[in-house]
Amino acid sequence: MAFSLLRKSAVDVPFLAVLAVITVLVPLANLALPESSPLHLSTYTVTLVGKYLTYALLALAVDLVWGYCGILSLGHGAFFALGGYAMGMYLMRQIGERGVYGNPVLPDFMVFLNWQELPWYWYGFDHFWFSLLVVALAPGLLAYVFGWLAFRSRVTGVYLSIITQALTYALMLAFFRNEMGFGGNNGLTDFKDILGFNLQSDSTRAALFAASAIALMGAYAASRLVVESKLGRVVAAIRDAENRVRFLGYRVEQFKLWVFVFSAVLAGIAGALYVPQVGIINPSEFSPLNSLEIVVWVAVGGRGTLYGAVVGAVLVNYAKTVFTGVLPEMWLFALGAIFVLVTLLLPEGLTGFWRRKEQAA
Amino acid sequence: MIAANAAKAAIPGTPVHEEPVAERRIEPAHKPILYLEEVTVSFDGFRALNALTLYIDEGELRCIIGPNGAGKTTMMDVITGKTRPDKGTIYFGQTLDLLELDEPAIAEAGICRKFQKPSVFEKQTVFENLELAMRTDKRVRPTLFARLTGEQRDAIHEVLETVGLTAHRDRRAGELSHGQKQWLEIGMLLMQEPKLLLVDEPVAGMTHQETERTAELLLSLEGKHSVVVVEHDMEFVRSIARKVTVLHEGSVLTEGRMDEVQNDPRVIEVYLGA
Repeated sequence: MAFSLLRKSAVDVPFLAVLAVITVLVPLANLALPESSPLHLSTYTVTLVGKYLTYALLALAVDLVWGYCGILSLGHGAFFALGGYAMGMYLMRQIGERGVYGNPVLPDFMVFLNWQELPWYWYGFDHFWFSLLVVALAPGLLAYVFGWLAFRSRVTGVYLSIITQALTYALMLAFFRNEMGFGGNNGLTDFKDILGFNLQSDSTRAALFAASAIALMGAYAASRLVVESKLGRVVAAIRDAENRVRFLGYRVEQFKLWVFVFSAVLAGIAGALYVPQVGIINPSEFSPLNSLEIVVWVAVGGRGTLYGAVVGAVLVNYAKTVFTGVLPEMWLFALGAIFVLVTLLLPEGLTGFWRRKEQAA
Repeated sequence: MIAANAAKAAIPGTPVHEEPVAERRIEPAHKPILYLEEVTVSFDGFRALNALTLYIDEGELRCIIGPNGAGKTTMMDVITGKTRPDKGTIYFGQTLDLLELDEPAIAEAGICRKFQKPSVFEKQTVFENLELAMRTDKRVRPTLFARLTGEQRDAIHEVLETVGLTAHRDRRAGELSHGQKQWLEIGMLLMQEPKLLLVDEPVAGMTHQETERTAELLLSLEGKHSVVVVEHDMEFVRSIARKVTVLHEGSVLTEGRMDEVQNDPRVIEVYLGA
């Protein structure tokens, strides 16, 4: 059998190699080359691409549950946002006395609300390690509780998708409330530094970029190992014939739960890398529309391949950047059109289209 | 014939139990492995099963026939834990109450089911399908770190041989013919080292040759496993059946050899609606 170069596993090495090259070259092009050089990359570009990479990691997480396990989650933005908030809380605590009100402990919005002391759930966020722990634990725990309830009751298909939308919508409403203690409408912003490094400096931006690329590489490799393990094949089998798997003696709910939690943790890490680069996290990250957009990225790139999700996220977001620069009010129409066209003409996404061409050749 | 087979099944090959050998020896050869007693299932007032009582012997190959709506598939559903009966008891062996178990636990206890529609993992290879079905620790963590041992590989090859798919081991299951998918699914059941196989309409949609091949396959299992076959195809049933149970309106109408059953006026009435 003559298999094409673009067979899944054959893509991994070049894919990871490209990412590794980007990890080194992009920061170099920004820091080492003079601004006059044609190859110089502006800090704006570095941060923009860094943001794309965190979106790519988020798309990877959605592909794991949707492409491999058949769970169409329309609420993954919630896990991303939770990871982002955990990082945001750390960054808020780093501001210290440099806030507008100069309170050494309380973030500005708490002073503004006349709060006298830090709520208990903000404890520990002055430590970076603690915040990282919460970045993984908060989305993981939410996914565990939600998944346990949903999968045990055998909620599947469109019903599951709807309740994932409800989940992220409910969280958005909750985070909008000032009394929640997460900055309400405005969210968390005005960050100063991370681990003592100024967030506005070029080198910090470059480091955050590299961290995002490395996280994406690690998550990609880990996800590849998972989907190629026997567990990954059980999960794909659940997607294709759930009852058969159950009657083979596998506890389908537990397998779904494992993948869902793993995916939520990846989404949380993506959120944590996103927030220091864009400089803000607010409740709009929970908006159901965001979660729908992630699904479009994965569909455009091609689901069930891992690399397709990454390609889709980067391409669609690049298109978004260009489009919103030219015709901002038209973007949502364009996004809808892309989704409809891809679904009709390229059911396996762009990478699936390339794969077919390669196979035909 | 049946007695001989059942006795054969009780001695070699079966796992050694803790119980004293003497006790096992005095058991009659006709030891039932599955007991359904007074099982009733209703859906919105319709009694799919009506006080169904049925025993399946160890190593027996039993055919169950009956007109549409007689409760054949519902019977499989209650045995495998998919449907809970309103009344009645179902025991696997002397002590295992199946009503206390869910689907995966029942599968692990050794009851495997072949669905009416061929149900294989189409995107995975024949080999991988069998590997997933294999009897092993099926919890999440052991599955994540599972590696095939040489022994397990041999077991898969043996089943490939049995179901006649050795030449197709690396093809995707979706590329197989209808008949081959049915055999693959039977192979998946065998990988689970079942004590009891429930096979729902194995020859529906098969060609004549495929049907014959399936009959041979099921007959070769007799004695090693208990097999319950639900089937509409009378020709096929005649070719494999030792004992036939006729279901009608959710309970057993009659039981016996195929020629006895076929000449039973009640069976003729039910089938021909005379």
